[in-house]
Amino acid sequence: MLPEVGNFSLILSLFFAGSLAIVPITGYWRHNPILLSTARPLTLLMSCFVLVSFIVLAIAFLTNDFSVLYVSLNSNSNLPIWYKFSAIWGSHEGSLLLWVLILCGWSTAVALKSHTLPKEVGPIVLSVLGMVATGFLLFMLFTSSPFVRDLPNVPANGEDLNPLLQDVGLVIHPPMLYMGYVGFSVAFAFAIAALITGNLNSSWARWARPWTAVSWAFLTLGITLGSWWAYYELGWGGWWFWDPVENASLMPWLAGTALIHSLAVTEKRGVFKSWTVLLAIFTFSLSLLGTFLVRSGVLTSVHAFAADPTRGVFILALLIVLIGSSLLLYSLRASQVKAGVAFGLTGREAWLLLNNIILTVLTLTVLLGTLYPLLFEALDLGRISVGAPYFNTVFSPLALLLMVFMAIGPLSKWHNTKPSLLVRLCVWPGVVSILLAGVISYAYHLGGMAWLSLSVAFLVVLLTCKDWFLKVSSGSKGIIPRARQLPRNYYGMMLAHLGLVVSLIGILMVSTCSEETTVKIAAGQTVSFAGYQFTLNQFESLKGPNYVADQADIAVYQDGKLVAQLKPEKRFYEARRQVMTEASLNAGITRDLYVSLGEKLDDQAWSMRIYVKAFVRWIWFGGILMVCGGVLSALDKRYRTRVEGRHA
Amino acid sequence: MHPVRRKRLITIAIIVLVLSGAIGLVLYALQQNINLFYTPTQIALGDAPTGVNIRAGGMVVKGSVKRDINTLFVSFNVTDFKHTVHIEYHGILPDLFREGQGIVAQGKLLSNGTFLASQVLAKHDEKYMPPDVANALKQAKDNTPSKPYNDN
Repeated sequence: MLPEVGNFSLILSLFFAGSLAIVPITGYWRHNPILLSTARPLTLLMSCFVLVSFIVLAIAFLTNDFSVLYVSLNSNSNLPIWYKFSAIWGSHEGSLLLWVLILCGWSTAVALKSHTLPKEVGPIVLSVLGMVATGFLLFMLFTSSPFVRDLPNVPANGEDLNPLLQDVGLVIHPPMLYMGYVGFSVAFAFAIAALITGNLNSSWARWARPWTAVSWAFLTLGITLGSWWAYYELGWGGWWFWDPVENASLMPWLAGTALIHSLAVTEKRGVFKSWTVLLAIFTFSLSLLGTFLVRSGVLTSVHAFAADPTRGVFILALLIVLIGSSLLLYSLRASQVKAGVAFGLTGREAWLLLNNIILTVLTLTVLLGTLYPLLFEALDLGRISVGAPYFNTVFSPLALLLMVFMAIGPLSKWHNTKPSLLVRLCVWPGVVSILLAGVISYAYHLGGMAWLSLSVAFLVVLLTCKDWFLKVSSGSKGIIPRARQLPRNYYGMMLAHLGLVVSLIGILMVSTCSEETTVKIAAGQTVSFAGYQFTLNQFESLKGPNYVADQADIAVYQDGKLVAQLKPEKRFYEARRQVMTEASLNAGITRDLYVSLGEKLDDQAWSMRIYVKAFVRWIWFGGILMVCGGVLSALDKRYRTRVEGRHA
Repeated sequence: MHPVRRKRLITIAIIVLVLSGAIGLVLYALQQNINLFYTPTQIALGDAPTGVNIRAGGMVVKGSVKRDINTLFVSFNVTDFKHTVHIEYHGILPDLFREGQGIVAQGKLLSNGTFLASQVLAKHDEKYMPPDVANALKQAKDNTPSKPYNDN
């Protein structure tokens, strides 16, 4: 009975979403305030019913209702309870429901905050979000309802959740990632509302900025978590694979980063107006493209669940309608935008322009690498894969260049900065960075690329600190009161930029200083590697809730002292008859010791991989710093002031 | 020149500069880093180049997996049920590697017809078949003379 309630409630929410997509917009064109005012209640109703559906699905999972096909395919009565909950988004149908639920969450947040907006803007924004929700609800109800029953042959037990997904990283990674993806729909809706009302002044940028910053922070967190999960769960110690689905999340991140910067210019200086609108459309389109790539199964990937062609076609159609209509609207309206104030080629605008150009080019190169195999096949040239070396070759130089600009840009002032002043400010930090990086790379034999990257890293740190110091030391008041006066926005930027540097150092060190080996080892044997001695004490058999495992007990010594006790496992999940490698690691600030079991070679011996990963934690710590930066800048005071004069 | 026009010109020049740099990098990287996929039939017919990085895949032939006792050396055959390819690999096979299962190997074809793999991929669960392998099997089954995938 309950699953039918879930399905019915989904249909109801589709009805409300459809009304939300039509009624307030009609109200705007007819100048009918009553129709406009329906936006808020319709949003709340839509969200409410989606939430009911989600709760129903959660109950089906927690009560082991295997008559529901989706539950029986992705759960098992022996599955630990928290994985039963996260199994809701463990596969296609449920993750779409999560997508829609999060979209409703963002819509509700906009509805609750809409009193700070001019009276026709809020309803239009909600209406645009309603259109997106309508598309996805239609998609769910027609191709992938999670409430389909498998009656009357109810299986006695479920097929279990994919063991790869039975992990704490996967409990939180998808919701965070979706919060980011879907969050960009808000910036998109603001951009569309600005196009519809023709009010393309800088105020829409101010409203969109905090939403964009928060979505960006969520997306950053989602990507960071995903990378961390892949590192310890996939068992080969990699933290980024340039897998199509990772790229699908990286593209909106790059575009979103560009959007954050371009919104700042539009708000502060009133320039780049039409570009910012276009970028908001592109960022959300890339989020949708990501959903399409993941869900349609057109790309080979560990993430591609389903290869159902109707689903692919439906999402592709949705994508084309949404992007096509936005671009059409853009082309009709953007010409009306008056050219804003001229911007100085030596001011901060110019640096942010460079930022936008490079980020856009980066997005395009990732897009090209991801879609190239599809293009190649469509043109009947053969089946290919584009590997990590392509992305590394193209991405690294451009990213380093971007970071040089990131170091210098914040020092410049809006409109106009004397080039001689910038040169004077940058010369000493530049020299110090290059020398320091040179000494370090020489002492540790790191090579030329490391020298270059470290120089850039130090340059960013020195110039960021110098900028802060210049800001707090000018004026008569003391340093601390002045430091407190600086806006949160500024500190957010500082944190995010420094976070990127921390990640850069991590990436650099892990790719140049890590060591790995594959050995054959039996109980009682010791292997010396990279200055550590790995002694395998014994093997044990374990029984988990839904698996059995072989566990190795390894003691790691350095200079005769015990530094770590590692227990990697080889698990066998009974319901799916699937083998899984559980790596074991000892985390540290400058290095991780990482051991994973290969195969059982004979009665005693196993093959085993040993990694010493240098500075790998820094990558994710930098990610966390960026998240904090994003949140901090969204909390800036000036976003909280009400709009004065409701007819802005 | 008019200052607004000059600005526009400089902006466009920068865009062109960055784009051309990126395109150069992309072309350079693509030239070196795309890996074509070949079916066992194509390899048997001599359509696949030797000595360059390619990918090959098919079903692992039952009973063909042989391991060295002292090292991590392993060899096996993959088939599309028309022709087979002998693959040699040194290292740890993925968890999902099993006889009778579809796999994709990346590496180089030697002139004696042996495929020296640098990486062996077997993804997802046992129901999952790599699309490349599924396609290879389908092609072999269709019984049409298989079309060479690329001309060089």
